[in-house]
Amino acid sequence: MHVDVRIPIGLMFSVFGVMLAGFGLLSASDEAMYSHSLGINVNLWWGLLLLVFGALMLWLAWRAKKQEKPPLP
Amino acid sequence: MKTIQLGLIDYLILSVYFLFVLGIGWVLKRYMRTSTDFFLSGRAIPAWIAGLAFISANLGAQEVMGMAANGAKYGIMTSHFYWVGAIPAMVFVGVFMMPFYYGSKARSVPEYLKLRFDEKTRGFNAISFATMTVFSSGISMFALAKLFEALLGWNFHFSIFISAVIVLFYIFLGGLTSAIYNEVLQFFLIVLGFLPLTLLGLKGIGGWDGLVGKLNIVATSPANSAGKAFASGTWTESWSHLGTAASNPMGVEWFGLVMGLGFVLSFGYWCTDFLVVQRAMAANSMSAARRTPLIASLPKMVFPALVILPGMIAIALHFQSSDGFLPLANPSNPAEGLDYNMAVPYMLKNFFPSGVLGLGLTALMASFMSGMAGNVTAFNTVWTYDIYQSYIRPGQSDTHYLWMGRITTVWGIGLSVAAAYFARNFNNIMDVLQLVFSYVNAPLFATFLLGMFWRRATGHGAFFGLLAGTLACMLHHGLTIPHGATSPVKGGWLGATLHEYYSEMALNFYGAIYAWTTCFVTTIVVSLATKRNKSADELRGLVYSLTPRIKEPGLRWYKQPAMLGVIVLAAAVVLNVIFW
Repeated sequence: MHVDVRIPIGLMFSVFGVMLAGFGLLSASDEAMYSHSLGINVNLWWGLLLLVFGALMLWLAWRAKKQEKPPLP
Repeated sequence: MKTIQLGLIDYLILSVYFLFVLGIGWVLKRYMRTSTDFFLSGRAIPAWIAGLAFISANLGAQEVMGMAANGAKYGIMTSHFYWVGAIPAMVFVGVFMMPFYYGSKARSVPEYLKLRFDEKTRGFNAISFATMTVFSSGISMFALAKLFEALLGWNFHFSIFISAVIVLFYIFLGGLTSAIYNEVLQFFLIVLGFLPLTLLGLKGIGGWDGLVGKLNIVATSPANSAGKAFASGTWTESWSHLGTAASNPMGVEWFGLVMGLGFVLSFGYWCTDFLVVQRAMAANSMSAARRTPLIASLPKMVFPALVILPGMIAIALHFQSSDGFLPLANPSNPAEGLDYNMAVPYMLKNFFPSGVLGLGLTALMASFMSGMAGNVTAFNTVWTYDIYQSYIRPGQSDTHYLWMGRITTVWGIGLSVAAAYFARNFNNIMDVLQLVFSYVNAPLFATFLLGMFWRRATGHGAFFGLLAGTLACMLHHGLTIPHGATSPVKGGWLGATLHEYYSEMALNFYGAIYAWTTCFVTTIVVSLATKRNKSADELRGLVYSLTPRIKEPGLRWYKQPAMLGVIVLAAAVVLNVIFW
C-alpha cells in the first residue's frame, strides 16, 4: 500500500488521548461535571486508553515498515 | 430535551478529526492516476483493511441511530438484524459468492450481471442501485443534521452543508482508497467513542440484571412503544416471544422474521449491494477478497452491545423518570410524541461530561460520514462504469473516466443533499431504508443465487425476474397497510387493503418475501422458455459448476475462508442461545 493506514489512526488517537487525559487532569476537581459519568473521571481514564491504543497502532506501523526494508545487497 | 452547550475541548476534538479526515484525502491525491486507482483502489487493499471498511461503510446513520431506536422500541429482538440477518449472509458472500465477484474481474456488481446475463439486466440494476445509494446517503445526512439540530442547536442547513463538503473533499481527491482509509479510521473512532456509553450506561442501571428488571416494567406496561402490555421479558429475550405477531412489539412472528429479514433482506443486502461488495473487490487477492466479509463479521457480531444496548438502556432509564416520555420527545416538536431516534443523543447527554462528549459526538459524525462516503463511492463507480461508459459515452480515454468519476462525486453529493430534504418526512429511518431496500435488493438475491448456481438461467429470465420481483414488492406495499398507518407512504396507496400487518416492519419483511419468491419463480420459468444467451465458455468463472474449485494450499487454518465461516456461524449460534 501507498501509505500505512495505521499511521493516521495512531496519530489521531494519540492526540485524542493526550487531549482527553490532559483535560481530565485539569478538570479532576469538577464534581458537578463528573456526576454525569457516575463520579468517574472518564476523560482521564478513557484518554489514557486512547493513548495506549494510538501508540500501539504507531508501533505496529513502525514494526511493519522495519520488516519491509529490502535486505542489503 | 434541552440543547447541550459544547465546551472548547469538544470543539477541539471535532476539529482534530476533521483535519485527519481531510489530510488523508490530501495525502492520497497523488496516487490517483488511473480510473482503477480511483474506483477500485488499484485492487491493492489488504484483507483486514478491506474488512474494516466493509463493516464501516455499513455503519452509517441507520446503524447507530436507527439500531439504538430499534433497541428502545423492540428491545433485544433487534439483535436479529445481526445474529440472524447479517452474520449468515456475510459468511455466505465470503465463502460462496466472492469467488465469482472477484474472479470475474468485474468492476462493479452491475458489471457482473452484464457478464453473467446481459446488458438490460445490468442497466436495470445499475439504475435502481444508483437511485438507492442517493437515498441512503441523503438519509444519513438528514439524520446527522436533525440530530445536531436537536442536540447542539446547530442549524439544520449548516450541518448538511458541512458534512457534504467534507465528504466531497476527501473522495474527490483520494477516491475509493480515501473512503476506505477513512472508513477504517471511522471504525475505530465509532467503537472507541461509543464504548464508554455502553459501559457507563450499564453501570448506571445496575448491570444486565438491573436492565432486565427495568425493561420488564417497560414490557408489561401499555405505555410502551407498541401501546399494549406484553409478557415480562419481551424486551430482553430475543426468540421467546416470536410465536405470534401479537406477542411482541416488532409485530412479526418467527417465519416472517427468519425468511423476510434473515434470508431475503439480509442476503439481498450483504451479498448483492455494491456498497459493501466494492470494498471486497478492492482487496489485493482472491483470498483477501473472500476473507473481507468474514473479518467484517467478527466486529459485526458484537456491535449489538455498541448500538442496540444504549437504546435499551435509554428506554429503561427513561421509564423510571417521573416526567413520562418527555426526555425522548423531539424538542422541536414535542407534540409529535416519542422520537426513538433520540435514544442515542439522550444517552450522550445523560452520561458524557464535556471531553468524552466531544469524542462521542465525533464518533457520531464519523458514522454518518462513513455511511455517506460508502454510498458516494459506490454511486460514482456505478454511474461512471455502468451508465456513463456503457450508454452515454463509450470508448473514451481512461483519463476521461477518471475525470467523470470526480465530477460525479460532486453532483452525486448534490443529489444526496436533495434526498436529505426528502427524508425529513419520515419518523423511523430504519423503516424507510427497509422499504427502499425491499424494492431493490430483495428480488436481486434470487437473481444472483440462480445466476451463480444454475447455469441454465438466461438474460431474459434474470431481467423479467427482477422486474416481476420489484413490481410484486410495490404491489404488496400498495395493497397492504401496517397497523395505525397515517400516510400512504406507509402502505396501502392502491386504495384496496387486502391485509393489515401488526407493524411496518412486518409489512416490509413480507414484501421482501413476496418479491424474492416472485423473482425466483419468474426467472426459472422465463429461463426455461428462452434460449441460453451465453456459451459455457463465456460463463467460466461466473457460474459455480463451470468454475474450478479454488485450492489454497499452505494457507494457515485461520486464513481459510471456510474455516473462518464455520467459526463465525458457531459464535452466532451461541449468541442467539445466550439471549434466547
